[in-house]
Amino acid sequence: MTTLYAILIDGMIYASWLFLVAAGLTVIYGVMRILNMAHGSFYSIGAYSGASLVGWYFAGGDGAPYWSYLLLLGAALAAGLFIGLLVEQGLLQFMYKRDEILMVIITYALLLILEDATKLIFGVDPYFTYQPYSLLGRSSFGELTFANYDLALIAVSVLIGAACWLVLNRTNRGKVLRAVIQDREIAVAMGVNVKLMFAATFVVGTTLGALAGALTAPAISVSPGIGVEVIVLAFAVVVVGGLGSIEGAIVGALLVGLTRSVAVHLAPQIELFVIYGVMSLVLAVRPQGLFGRNLARKI
Amino acid sequence: MRRTTSRIVPTAVALAASLAFAAPALAADNGKFRIGVVTFLSGGAAGPFGVPSLNGAKVLVDALNEGKLPAPYNLKGINGVEIETVIVDENGGATKQVEEFRNLAERHKVDAVIGYISSGDCLAIAPVAEELKMPTVFFDCGTSRLFEENKAPTYVFRTGLDAAIDNIGAARYLVDSGRKLDSVASIQQNYAWGHDSWADFSAAIQQLKPGVKVATEQLPKLFQGQYGAEISAISVSRPDVIHSSFWGGDMEALVLQGAARGLFDKRAAVLTCGESALDRFKGQAPNGLILGARGPFGAFAPQNPLSDWFRTAYRGKNEIEPTYPAFKMAQAILGLKAAVEKTGAKPGTIPAKEAVAKSFKGLNFESVSGTVQMARAGGHQALQGIAYGEYSFDAKSGKATLANVRHYSGECVTPPDGTTAAAWIKAGFPGAQCK
Repeated sequence: MTTLYAILIDGMIYASWLFLVAAGLTVIYGVMRILNMAHGSFYSIGAYSGASLVGWYFAGGDGAPYWSYLLLLGAALAAGLFIGLLVEQGLLQFMYKRDEILMVIITYALLLILEDATKLIFGVDPYFTYQPYSLLGRSSFGELTFANYDLALIAVSVLIGAACWLVLNRTNRGKVLRAVIQDREIAVAMGVNVKLMFAATFVVGTTLGALAGALTAPAISVSPGIGVEVIVLAFAVVVVGGLGSIEGAIVGALLVGLTRSVAVHLAPQIELFVIYGVMSLVLAVRPQGLFGRNLARKI
Repeated sequence: MRRTTSRIVPTAVALAASLAFAAPALAADNGKFRIGVVTFLSGGAAGPFGVPSLNGAKVLVDALNEGKLPAPYNLKGINGVEIETVIVDENGGATKQVEEFRNLAERHKVDAVIGYISSGDCLAIAPVAEELKMPTVFFDCGTSRLFEENKAPTYVFRTGLDAAIDNIGAARYLVDSGRKLDSVASIQQNYAWGHDSWADFSAAIQQLKPGVKVATEQLPKLFQGQYGAEISAISVSRPDVIHSSFWGGDMEALVLQGAARGLFDKRAAVLTCGESALDRFKGQAPNGLILGARGPFGAFAPQNPLSDWFRTAYRGKNEIEPTYPAFKMAQAILGLKAAVEKTGAKPGTIPAKEAVAKSFKGLNFESVSGTVQMARAGGHQALQGIAYGEYSFDAKSGKATLANVRHYSGECVTPPDGTTAAAWIKAGFPGAQCK
């Protein structure tokens, strides 16, 4: 019984983190059809920004500890907005009519550049900003104890998932965005400013990536290469759920998170394989992913 | 015409840039003692190991060139010859490292190479070093296979210790500390290092305390960073002790996440590479966490004029305490200096590589970690003891120290020549001399 609820809670916590990481990737692909390889770098920049700012805040030693959560959010927003605008306005807007494969290569190049830029700016020493993680204390369920920070991440992911869904499905802006997703050319013909939509979407996507990094930073040692590690997982989640689908990302994260949790508890030897096993199985049955649509190809 | 120009200009710039960067590689011999220093400058191993070891090398080389080291290393540079370093990033895999090694030997014309943290890199470099007849000192990599596969080395030396010693020492420490030890849980990074460490530790603990049960074996991916499910699985398995060879950011994340969830409240945990984060854990690691430093390095190094000097010099330049990778790098450089100067070459000259290799074999030299005997693998592998101790953080002073430290001599934890570590453990450590 203990193992069962440990699997469920661990699975939910991991799934919520996976969704946080994958949400920005999904939003950008869903609207812009860009498989953004540089998403891991936005995660990494968010983590470094959050860790630096919070580290600096606690080094001062005078402030109220709970303000550190606002600083994490602020760092993620500032980093996401800045890097998102810089990349979209400085590079991607000139590439939109290119082939999707070329966009993958361009964003891969961007990933390599940003990885080195991150090292130049933040150095290679790890950042260890633990205070926000331990500040919330812990909760016990029977003989198991969980960090409240991890449990709070579940609530944050639900909020972000709900916000994405509401904006896309219940607001005028969301309807316009869906029109762009359905057919970019018709949307332009109807007077939609697609360039502005793309810029806004990209900035939202990068900010979500940076937010995931900033929220993860207090639980890990922020060091070079963390962005490369998460991009593989994020791809697994969005591929399982269906590229560009928020609902798919939620279900994909839950499926991958829970399956991994089962493996860790019952068969740890196959933990490494199980995430990609799930991905392979889903793709074998539904190549477009669980919530992906079969699109007619324009000739 | 314009289109052609637009292509030619960037190409020309790229070519010019490549020539500019290639120039130092073609520099003529300048009479300095040139050492290739290879360590991680990027990737996950850079922060915890690569950068501290490079900082250690810089501190030592600068001081040697200025003749500032205490005796017996007060002769300037190496044998009176100024040292020059060629620094190479170890990141990128074994194939790239072999290319880089050949570059160091053939283009940079180095006199010796010191480096390599990754065991895979050491295994790939060792035969190339022999082929190129290049004195090569491995300062950190721990694979037992290094001299098991390269049985008659001439130019390859290791001044760091075999990883089996980390785990034999950890097992001895746990048994000697008198803790309840009915079951052990394992959490290792899922690659050769983690698998080998657990194999050595589990075999050693079974020999020292037969009947110890394995509660769970967790093998998360390298650099995974999130260990929530693994921590739950260990908690549910209720072990008396947790063993981990985690290093770097993974280790720090495990300690942070585990401490926040009370993983270490009711049980002991031993981290064989834990010392590298001694000054970074602060209040996040629980007191009593058992840490190792892969030998008598870092906070475990004995107090002597050399180690005191090194600590002060390192702190002066880097504003932090030197951790074990810095000590290990310093040890490798001192070993090379001692070997070169033992050749008897006239001060101010560089002896032949063959003479250096011959002199290094079976060498005894003083180091920042005490006396080092090159007394294993036919005189090519250092024989030194190992120490473990408990983390102790004083919130008032903000300082972390080690308590209940136990030292084990090299003869107690190192297999004799002619037998593998696995076979020696399985046979019950025959010939081990433990005080």
